[in-house]
Amino acid sequence: MNTEEQDILKKHPVQKIMDNPWLLLALGLLIPLISYTAWGWIELNFIEAAQLP
Amino acid sequence: MATISTEMSGPNTRECKTTGLPVCLDAQFFIRANAVMAVVFLLLGGIAAVSIALTRWPAVHLLDAEWFYRLLTFHGINMLIFWILFMEIGILYFACTSLLKTPLFSRSVAWGSFGLMVLGSVMTDYIILSGEADVMMTSYLPLLAHPLFYLGIILFAVGALIGVFNFFATVFVAWKGKRYGETMPLVAFGALTAAIIAVVALLHGAIALVPTFTFAMGWTAEPDAMWYRLIWWGLGHQSQQVNVAAMVSVWYLLSYWTCGAKVINETVSRGAFVLYILFINIASAHHLLVDPGVGASWKIWNTSYAMYLAVLASLIHGFTIPAGMEVGMRIKGYTKGLFNWLWNAPWRNPGFSAFFLSLVIFGFIGGITGVTLGTQQINITAHNTLRIPGHFHATVVGGTSLAFMGLTYYVVPLLFQREYSFRWLARIQPYVFAGGIVMMSLGMSFAGSDGVARRTWDIDAAGVYGATSHLMLAVLGIGGVLAFTGLMIYVLLTVYAVFLGKSNEGSAMEDWGTPRDIVHVGDVDPEKIGKDGNAPGTMVLVMVLLLSFVVYYFANWKALADLWFVR
Repeated sequence: MNTEEQDILKKHPVQKIMDNPWLLLALGLLIPLISYTAWGWIELNFIEAAQLP
Repeated sequence: MATISTEMSGPNTRECKTTGLPVCLDAQFFIRANAVMAVVFLLLGGIAAVSIALTRWPAVHLLDAEWFYRLLTFHGINMLIFWILFMEIGILYFACTSLLKTPLFSRSVAWGSFGLMVLGSVMTDYIILSGEADVMMTSYLPLLAHPLFYLGIILFAVGALIGVFNFFATVFVAWKGKRYGETMPLVAFGALTAAIIAVVALLHGAIALVPTFTFAMGWTAEPDAMWYRLIWWGLGHQSQQVNVAAMVSVWYLLSYWTCGAKVINETVSRGAFVLYILFINIASAHHLLVDPGVGASWKIWNTSYAMYLAVLASLIHGFTIPAGMEVGMRIKGYTKGLFNWLWNAPWRNPGFSAFFLSLVIFGFIGGITGVTLGTQQINITAHNTLRIPGHFHATVVGGTSLAFMGLTYYVVPLLFQREYSFRWLARIQPYVFAGGIVMMSLGMSFAGSDGVARRTWDIDAAGVYGATSHLMLAVLGIGGVLAFTGLMIYVLLTVYAVFLGKSNEGSAMEDWGTPRDIVHVGDVDPEKIGKDGNAPGTMVLVMVLLLSFVVYYFANWKALADLWFVR
């Protein structure tokens, strides 16, 4: 195992996440799409029809 | 099949004589093209802006109602979408090529992106000015514009998305080829953050506007109005978060270029960008805080608990950037007292003054008001009043636009290889623009606190607004004129420099003024200052910010309690 490979193994898990642009892209898409868009969309779909007098 | 060059050398590359960075000539061409279009749309949006400001000033009341709403639509689209996104695509191309030492992935893709963005923006502007789309920037259904209005924005968004794809493809080539080692440079990482947020924003734009376009064509049924608002704000607000990430990256860059700032802790700054990536987008929910369709849990989670993680990120940058500047200045020898480093900063350098004023306006006015107005309970006292534009003119204009102006004072000499003339005028421009925006923002905020509605042509018909509201609207109007003056100085100086400026090809750019080293042997220990991240002056400044925030936040709760008496 060379020094570079040893450095990668020693790297902190958070640093590993920060050094992976593709994982960040996936998380950056997923979190708002679930928390804001999908959840909001579901809430709008479950509105019951208003009871007219 | 053509192969893609991954080497940053050869005839398609030059070395910048000032920064020493490699410059990909393809990227340089498209940075120039995007920057030129950005300035054109800034000018158009600015002309609309001053007309609107002079209409909201009741003593002037410049436009009739029809043209007020038309130009309000035009202003929002040109400023918040066209000016900013053209500039940001240019920033992305710079970051992925010069900072990652990799040539631009594809010239053809860049042409496709640029062509669609120009076509879409011209189409949208034409339709608005021809009176077929007086629906304002948000174009809330059931208001309906001409189909080409939606098509224009869709084409622009697709073009911008293609530009973002070109950025990611270049990042992939750099990442695969380990062109930047294991860890991406911080400014490029900030650009990556902006690009990720842009993907989310532009996808929402497509989801909201494609069915609205097909409805306007008569092909499909009308989309649900509440659904439209939910999805549209995924574009409308998130595109402003692209600005935040790009602006913060520009702050890091300008603080380094203008006064030798150090990054005091790369991991902390990088972590703050990750918080943006994960959490800033969901803050779009605060536009729907008075909407009946979405529930309290959704509102409170998205605008409070999770959004505060993104606010934390801004607070981190708000500390690390001036602290890095303070450390850099102390290493140069400006060590006396708490603020000797700040007094001796290069205030005559427009790149520095634009950056620092942008930081202060964004933090003290935009940031504090944003967090407060985004609180569900307080929002009900401010929603749809002029307090809202008072907030976002401090973030987007006093923050982002001013930072981008500061960047231009370096982009033109470095990438257009032309020097600015009338340099004394350039030195005062950021102050004129910032002064105008602060006046405008405060005028809006105080008038809004009085209940004056946003997006309203006339307030006098209501007959309920007194002298204070009129005075504050006058402050708005005067501030608007001042800011427009600053904008025109910027545009004219930049156009003159690009077309008639003195060439600096083959040499370094003329220095705008950077602080010289005054360190004497034994006076300071640069190693110690750098290692400790010793920034006591910045600690005082951020404490003043936090105190201001606490006072403003609780004053708003007090105002709410007075208004909404609970026994």
